[in-house]
Amino acid sequence: MSVEWLIPAMLTIVTAATPLVFAAVGETVVEKAGVLNLGVEGMMIIGAIAAFAMAVTTGSEVLAIFSGAIAGMLMAFIFGVLCVYLQSNQVATGLALTIFGIGLSALIGHSYVGNTFVGLAKLDIPGISDIPIVGPLVFGHDALVYFSILSVASVAWFLKKTRGGLLVRAVGENHDAAHAIGYSVTLIRMGAILFGGAMAGIGGAYLSIAYTPLWVENMTAGRGWIALALVVFASWKPWRAFFGAYLFGGITIIQLYAQGMGVEVSAQFLSMLPYLATILVLVIISRDSAKSLLNAPACLGKNYHSSG
Amino acid sequence: MTNAASSEIPRLELIGVNKTYPGVVANKDVSLKVRPGEIHALLGENGAGKSTLVKFIYGVQKADTGLMLWEGLEVQLANPNAARKLGIGMVFQHFSLFDAMTVEENIAVGISSELAKGDLSGRIRKVSAQYGLPLDPGRYVHTLSVGERQRIEVVRCLLQDPALLIMDEPTSVLTPQEVEELFKTLRRLSEEGVSILYISHKLEEIKKLCHTATIMRMGEVVAECTPNKETARSMAEIMMGDNLISPRRAHHRTDGEVRLKLEDLSAVSNHQHGTNLTSVNLRVHAGEVLGIAGIAGNGQRELMEVLTGETLADTAEAIMLDGTAIGRMDPIKRRQIGIGLVPEERFGHGAVAGMSLWENALLSGATRMKLLKKGFIKKEASNDFAEDIVKQFRVKTPGVGHAANSLSGGNLQKFIVGREIVQAPGVIVVLQPTWGVDAGSAASIRQSLIDMATRGAAVLVVSQDLEELFEISDRIAVISAGRMSDARATESITVEEIGLLMAGVGLDGNTVDVV
Repeated sequence: MSVEWLIPAMLTIVTAATPLVFAAVGETVVEKAGVLNLGVEGMMIIGAIAAFAMAVTTGSEVLAIFSGAIAGMLMAFIFGVLCVYLQSNQVATGLALTIFGIGLSALIGHSYVGNTFVGLAKLDIPGISDIPIVGPLVFGHDALVYFSILSVASVAWFLKKTRGGLLVRAVGENHDAAHAIGYSVTLIRMGAILFGGAMAGIGGAYLSIAYTPLWVENMTAGRGWIALALVVFASWKPWRAFFGAYLFGGITIIQLYAQGMGVEVSAQFLSMLPYLATILVLVIISRDSAKSLLNAPACLGKNYHSSG
Repeated sequence: MTNAASSEIPRLELIGVNKTYPGVVANKDVSLKVRPGEIHALLGENGAGKSTLVKFIYGVQKADTGLMLWEGLEVQLANPNAARKLGIGMVFQHFSLFDAMTVEENIAVGISSELAKGDLSGRIRKVSAQYGLPLDPGRYVHTLSVGERQRIEVVRCLLQDPALLIMDEPTSVLTPQEVEELFKTLRRLSEEGVSILYISHKLEEIKKLCHTATIMRMGEVVAECTPNKETARSMAEIMMGDNLISPRRAHHRTDGEVRLKLEDLSAVSNHQHGTNLTSVNLRVHAGEVLGIAGIAGNGQRELMEVLTGETLADTAEAIMLDGTAIGRMDPIKRRQIGIGLVPEERFGHGAVAGMSLWENALLSGATRMKLLKKGFIKKEASNDFAEDIVKQFRVKTPGVGHAANSLSGGNLQKFIVGREIVQAPGVIVVLQPTWGVDAGSAASIRQSLIDMATRGAAVLVVSQDLEELFEISDRIAVISAGRMSDARATESITVEEIGLLMAGVGLDGNTVDVV
């Protein structure tokens, strides 16, 4: 193995993993609050088109990222109003949100097909970024990659160490008790859902302005679903979701390189690998029922009806 | 309260509180005064409106009409946070706890953010040691027994230095010694000027502890009294009107043949921090009620699981049911042979919360009551079976088509116990038969267990309520740290001896059953 292809491969792994990191970490918070939002794919793709449209129109990276986040949040807001306030079924609403998002993004994106954008600027510190191997691997990414790592750290810290995080977990664990103690289940859940939407939106934005800076219909290609699987895979722990995303990104990219290098395995088998790995890990972690009981939010997917 | 004038003003006063739910009047013109430092009992059957009233005081629910005065000033509580700010603390009957969180996190959620700062676990240890409520702040709640869970609630309140403490059925899961400790705590708090609103149906306790009592029936206050001037009987009569029955037990029954025999039964616990059963020997005879006393978390759950068949015994012969070795059989086969089982947790083990009553009846009665026909459900027969239970055990429900979780705890317990009894098994095992059940329902559940024994069944009751065990048992054994003491005739054992056995004194090695 030579280093020439290894470094670019590792760089592409990072870019392949980053959108998953954003979406999975956002969904972790949502599910910790007891809400199952299956609309991640829809929120991502709306984030992707909103960011791309903004980038093409204004040329501003920052505005593009914000526009992706806000678009994801708006989608999440629709979901939140339906599920938290109007008590609609979370699974059905989430699925509808995904279908709606894919359709709406295609409609909006129609006039943007064929446009291009330079892509997010990579960090470039003279001297340091030029160090062989370490330079590009540690200091050669765009700002969103660093932001994704920061967001994982913040969410892990928030959930574990802060009172706000405690309340989010409390609401997801036993909404009746949280209500009896005197917390607003609806407000906390709404906050978590909006955060999840913003993160999914940024994940989508990363796809359309950094990973492949152009607009293609249905460009999220199932990454929202992978992000959802990652949350379970990670047993609702932000850092595990992060590593899961990199593992998944890694397998995806390595199979591409393996195909490129003419490894004698059928391409279909290799493209199947990431999904197979996910299933395997899910089976393994579900074996210890006591542990999975501890991590899964007990009220996940259950609507809260306030009585009296 | 050293100021004589201020003690004239009640700490809490309710005037004319009304609350109506669709179809039910929960509170009707309820007025109540709690003075500083007073331990005030709120007494009443299930459905008498105590919970509704307490929810109003604690700011969980609004009343339709009525005033609440705090230290003489009118207040309107928007939510429990406002109540806590005033100095009202509450220990819930159905614990407001979070299973997947630690003791410390559970306490932090329930107190104000200022209080939760700093060395919370140190303060938890201090308060729990001070009031005799041992707690490990780092443990996860789902690994704790019911008794330990309650301590979290109590400590959570005490950390807030409340001026009024509301306690909803606080002693139902404690040992006599623990109850004594709690009462000491409550008396000390009362001397320090803390008012306590004590909700209970245990009349002896109220007589011992409370200064005044307000008795409610059907949503109305029917009497106020001074408990130590009343008898338990007289208070019960006011509380229940003419529903009062106390259990009758035929004494000096001769023992019939052994129907349930546990021989050198050991089991490793499936639960984190569970208790392993070590060489348990026990014989339950036809026609007797055998009571097992013990503090929560000493192997009761494991014993129940190995008896139900949720976990299998190491050998089939370890559990003999009417001469059949059932130790390795699944629950359905065991039921077929003739064992009725009432687990502790009503939801998850005893009943499926979201299913209707008749479906729940079908689940346990399918084979014995022949409610299936070639795999298809006989809906009418199942309905009749459920309606039979509802009628015999006076379960209050609009109909058997209603979901199990629409029933109050006491009513559901009557239904679950009734479901097993109506199937007329030869052996019935009941864990905590009357936990959280009001006095009237508890009496009828106990009576029906005694009646079963009289008809020749062997009845095994595992309970933490000693009064209950003394009332219904012919013999009593004690479980401690997974070991079972000898069963002794109820007449020949004292509460003190049981207390010592519960604490594990005098159990070493003598696990042979003496009949």
